[in-house]
Amino acid sequence: MELKDKTLTLEGELTKFTVTALLQEFSQYKSKVISKIDMKKVTFVDSAGIAFLDEIYLSLERYSPVLINMNNEIDNAFKTFSSLDIEKITIKKTISIFEFIGNGFYNWKNSSKNAIYLLADIFYWSFVGIFNKKGQRKGSIIQQSLLIGVDALGIISLLSFILGLIIALQSAAQLRQFGANIFVADLMAISMVTEMGPMLTAIILAGRSGSSIASEIATMQVTEEIDALKMMAINPIRYVVVPKFHAITICIPLLVTASTVIGIFGGLIVAVTYLDLSAIAYFNRVIEVLILKDVLVGLGKSYFFAWVIVVIGSYYGFNVKGGAEGVGKVTTQSVVTSIFWVIILDAINSLIFYFEV
Amino acid sequence: MKKPIISVKNLVAKYGDKIVLDGISVDIYPQEITVILGGSGCGKTTLIKNILRLFEPYSGSVKIFGKEVTEMDEAEYYEILGKIGMLFQNGALLNSISIFDNISIPLEQHTNLSAQIIEKMIRVKLNLVNLGKSGSLFPAELSGGMKKRAALARAIALDPVILVCDEPSAGLDPLTSASLDDLIKKLKELLKMTMVIVTHELASIHRIADRIIFIDDGKILFTGTLKEAKMSKVNEVETFFRVGKFD
Repeated sequence: MELKDKTLTLEGELTKFTVTALLQEFSQYKSKVISKIDMKKVTFVDSAGIAFLDEIYLSLERYSPVLINMNNEIDNAFKTFSSLDIEKITIKKTISIFEFIGNGFYNWKNSSKNAIYLLADIFYWSFVGIFNKKGQRKGSIIQQSLLIGVDALGIISLLSFILGLIIALQSAAQLRQFGANIFVADLMAISMVTEMGPMLTAIILAGRSGSSIASEIATMQVTEEIDALKMMAINPIRYVVVPKFHAITICIPLLVTASTVIGIFGGLIVAVTYLDLSAIAYFNRVIEVLILKDVLVGLGKSYFFAWVIVVIGSYYGFNVKGGAEGVGKVTTQSVVTSIFWVIILDAINSLIFYFEV
Repeated sequence: MKKPIISVKNLVAKYGDKIVLDGISVDIYPQEITVILGGSGCGKTTLIKNILRLFEPYSGSVKIFGKEVTEMDEAEYYEILGKIGMLFQNGALLNSISIFDNISIPLEQHTNLSAQIIEKMIRVKLNLVNLGKSGSLFPAELSGGMKKRAALARAIALDPVILVCDEPSAGLDPLTSASLDDLIKKLKELLKMTMVIVTHELASIHRIADRIIFIDDGKILFTGTLKEAKMSKVNEVETFFRVGKFD
């Protein structure tokens, strides 16, 4: 690069490998008067080279420099790759706080409305589906029951057992101080039946089945499988969601019962080994302390937890936006929202029965 | 005779036990547009993915710039990939970032160009594929054809020595398809690019092809110039150029 008589002469190749150094070299000429850029000695240019020419042209714009001695090849490349006449890319502007709040409220209103419609649809088609299996794949309820119920049994059992052990162990030290060892059975029975069994099962199902429901439906949505079902005049809720809804409705009481019983067994280990209770005394106390209402409340609320997991998973699945990233996003959102609503429902349930009692 | 830029010898590719490419040998010459032709499932995409080592060949040799691809270490392989642009059948844009950012990836990762130069290069590449105003959009906001054009802009971001396109015109309207062909020809002339293009579009083949490779059932049926292909007596090739259909 050389400057003589207001003419900047460039030489060699102007490519992505050379322009960074050339741009640095050019910085010493920025303040000089340049009216011509001589391209005679330039042998090859690529699009980075043309971007470099644009860059030096813009910084010398006040002198309106002209490019001279361009051969045909470079002239064609300049006409193809110059950005001077192309409008700049406008990045979306940021929105104000009021717009942000307004948008948030508007979206919340819409999504709540859509979720309620979906809930109504799911309940309607699930009820219809009991009597009329048309619109569902044969054997889909059994298949879903295996996925949602049987496959989850192992992890639910293991975690319930460990949870039972932990609760019993934590309380054993306190109970022992007062000679109230037998009350560990009361604690285990009441907490596992009314609270921990249904809650633990619901949280594991939200993480396991809720995420799988959301990602399966979202993937179907992204790959246009849902549209394909609609075009075959098949209701996607009936075909995809209802079998899951039926399966979870069948499986949840069984899973909660398993979780509760195994959790109580976990407590038994601590009662026998640490609190010197006999197994018979422990079970007698468990049976004595439990009343039918506790069992029904525990099982009853678990249905609501299960339905919330299916509805939220389906809602996020159907409302996916974007491609692979969108699927990941709605899967995470569905798990977080399901767990949130499971805890809220549990709190409401606890309040209702607290005041009733 | 020119020295080939890509040379494939006795390439065998398998999916499980199924042989997809059965001892293929082809040469691709610099600054030419080589069109790979063949019916669905004949192994066209498998061939280009084996050439680029996106699939490991079962056996055979693939040389790019005279170097054996299957024996390269990772550093050498990435250096070669830096000189090759690839347009995938479905675009394969990264969905989580904007079109602008998609195109900036190779420029930021493989060059030390300044942000201003990169911005100008992206603007030009987007303009070349008629997406000048779509840089800030995300892939999910584009139609299928637009995605393909954005993916082409990404593939040519680095002005690659070799550009591989897997069905570039599929899903595009005839006008866009024709302008894409013009762009391909222009890039070949201006940047002295070598192009390997998989396409079925007869009109497009007539517009751009210098050389034809015709594959059928994992084997090469014909290789030669476009002129030779049009006069070929090989039944499948003759039928394709006469009626635009595969047998």
